[in-house]
Amino acid sequence: MKIPGLPRITGWHPIATTLILAGAMAAFARFNYGLGATTNLSDEFPWGLWIGFDFLGIGLAASGFTIVAAVNLFHAKEYEPIVRPAILTAFIGYLLVVLVLIIDLGRPDHFWHPLVMWNPHSVMCEISWCLMLYTTVLSLEFAPIVLEKLNIVSPIKWIHAISLPLMIFGVLLSTLHQSSFGSLYLIVPNRLHALWYTPLLPVLFFISCIASGISMVILESLIFARGGRDLLPTPLRANLAKIIAVALAVYVVVRVQDLLTRGALRELTALTYYSLAFYAELLIGFVIPFAMLLMERVRTSRRGLYAATLLVVVGFAFNRMNTAITGLEHYPAQTYFPSLIEVFITLGITAIGFSAFSFIVKHLPIFEPMVAGPRPRKEVVTGRPEPIFISREGGDLESR
Amino acid sequence: MSQKKAMLIDLTLCVGCNACQGACKEENRLPPGEEKYLSLTAYTALDKYNDLYVRRMCQHCDVPTCVSVCPVGALSKTEAGPVAYDAEKCIGCRYCLQACPFHVPKYEWSSTKPRIQKCKFCASRLARGLQPACAEACPTGATQFGDREELLVEAARRINAEPAKFVHRIYGKDDVGGTSMFYLSPVPFEQLGFDSRMGKTPMPMLTMSALSKVPNVLSVGGVLLGGVWWITNRRAKVQAFEASQKKDPTRPPEDKP
Repeated sequence: MKIPGLPRITGWHPIATTLILAGAMAAFARFNYGLGATTNLSDEFPWGLWIGFDFLGIGLAASGFTIVAAVNLFHAKEYEPIVRPAILTAFIGYLLVVLVLIIDLGRPDHFWHPLVMWNPHSVMCEISWCLMLYTTVLSLEFAPIVLEKLNIVSPIKWIHAISLPLMIFGVLLSTLHQSSFGSLYLIVPNRLHALWYTPLLPVLFFISCIASGISMVILESLIFARGGRDLLPTPLRANLAKIIAVALAVYVVVRVQDLLTRGALRELTALTYYSLAFYAELLIGFVIPFAMLLMERVRTSRRGLYAATLLVVVGFAFNRMNTAITGLEHYPAQTYFPSLIEVFITLGITAIGFSAFSFIVKHLPIFEPMVAGPRPRKEVVTGRPEPIFISREGGDLESR
Repeated sequence: MSQKKAMLIDLTLCVGCNACQGACKEENRLPPGEEKYLSLTAYTALDKYNDLYVRRMCQHCDVPTCVSVCPVGALSKTEAGPVAYDAEKCIGCRYCLQACPFHVPKYEWSSTKPRIQKCKFCASRLARGLQPACAEACPTGATQFGDREELLVEAARRINAEPAKFVHRIYGKDDVGGTSMFYLSPVPFEQLGFDSRMGKTPMPMLTMSALSKVPNVLSVGGVLLGGVWWITNRRAKVQAFEASQKKDPTRPPEDKP
């Protein structure tokens, strides 16, 4: 089955293979020689690049719950065509984050302990549970795609029967752990720099994940469009862009207001290591894309949207890395920079993610359902031909 | 043993002989040799400030930050006072290293099965009715072991007896919600490397303000999202019905949503 919707990136395969191999070797070293010999983590800096990657992966995978909520709970059915790509993105994102978490743990062999040993006072415990449950929800939301391909229809009906509570549960779990990643740092007021520490961390993490999640959806649809498969017509993309602009505006207002009330604005008067990092984050990821998205011209142009949403994602990465690393450094006495092995493992896992995505898109019905499954589609106003539904009785998939 | 135990560390009595560290190393079978900072092989160490020595070790907080952050309950506060660690439960997330306001836990980074290490408040000695090795070894009485309430009375008595000698504060009485290690000092604690920004509220309260909202988010959010779905779903049905009515007004009314 040939799908024309894929971007052609020359030399992608050798690059991905190299990265994955290098990552595998780095992971081998990490498991054989321990964290101390292979990472730059220390008692002073117990969390580093990998935690930053987790924040990033989860934040970008927010595309899953935002789009599912918009389409299936808020009934924005015109966005139906991007539901499956969004779920796929989220599913891969979460699996990769779980993988990185296990590599990051000092005792990977004990990774299952949070399942049976609870501590309800621990944010980490809540996050572990949310991650496990939401990954389960995502796999159930993803399962029909695989089952369609295999032409096993009865479990699809079964999943369809519980899909509403499942989706609501998924959205709630996402709300909880997206914000809880911020809550992780509530307990270190004496360590995290005043530009990032605030009791509002969970709220800020949540608002920004909405902007980054939707940006990922737009970026994806633009990349598919470049490959000739336009899932969303321009006006619908422009509407999504408006939601991003609103989220960015709310974020900036809450963030600046919070700095003001806590008296942390004075940290910004001098150009320091911290204030520069803060300016970079806020300007690149929030202020500039917000200004861009205010313009109709940007919202309706592919190139403009591409630039704006890319800025949101980069700024989001800045924000999470600043919270996880920069804000905890004591410049210049105590800083952290990841080791090569940490970087290789991270790049390798990222490459696995991209490869898995393009592989799955090639082999599974991500762009159009093959049978009238969990989400019967109506009033699709995408301007492309309606997909052919094959009924359960006449479901000969190979003949398509 | 029901009484909570504590130690009173009177900095005016400490002569910096390091007997506490020596005894600690012997008790815990750690490699001997003087160490200046807390490490995997030094559960207690002496910081020197001009002519004052300050003992560092796990403070065995009353509401311990490390215990609250540990996702699997590998750290626990025991009734007698010590904060205990169970390496069999530990998953190695290192949140305790990140969160401890006193920077106490140290990690076995070079191991492939790493654990944290820190002062155990000689829990096994306490259970046998003995005092901690360091308190027993202290030749000047600078580290004194006893019941928490009695030691607080004693500390206050010392300050009242010689008000000019001490700053009028028992560090650890209610700092971060109270600890098991009380310090008396002749100079303000801020000059001795004590973090003055921590306040008297236990750190776990900072997290609980967010975590306590989890049940609310689940219940209110669930009802809200369910309601939103119901409204949007019904609106779509009504629209579909109205559209069909327009097309075919003779359609029987039992289809009405």
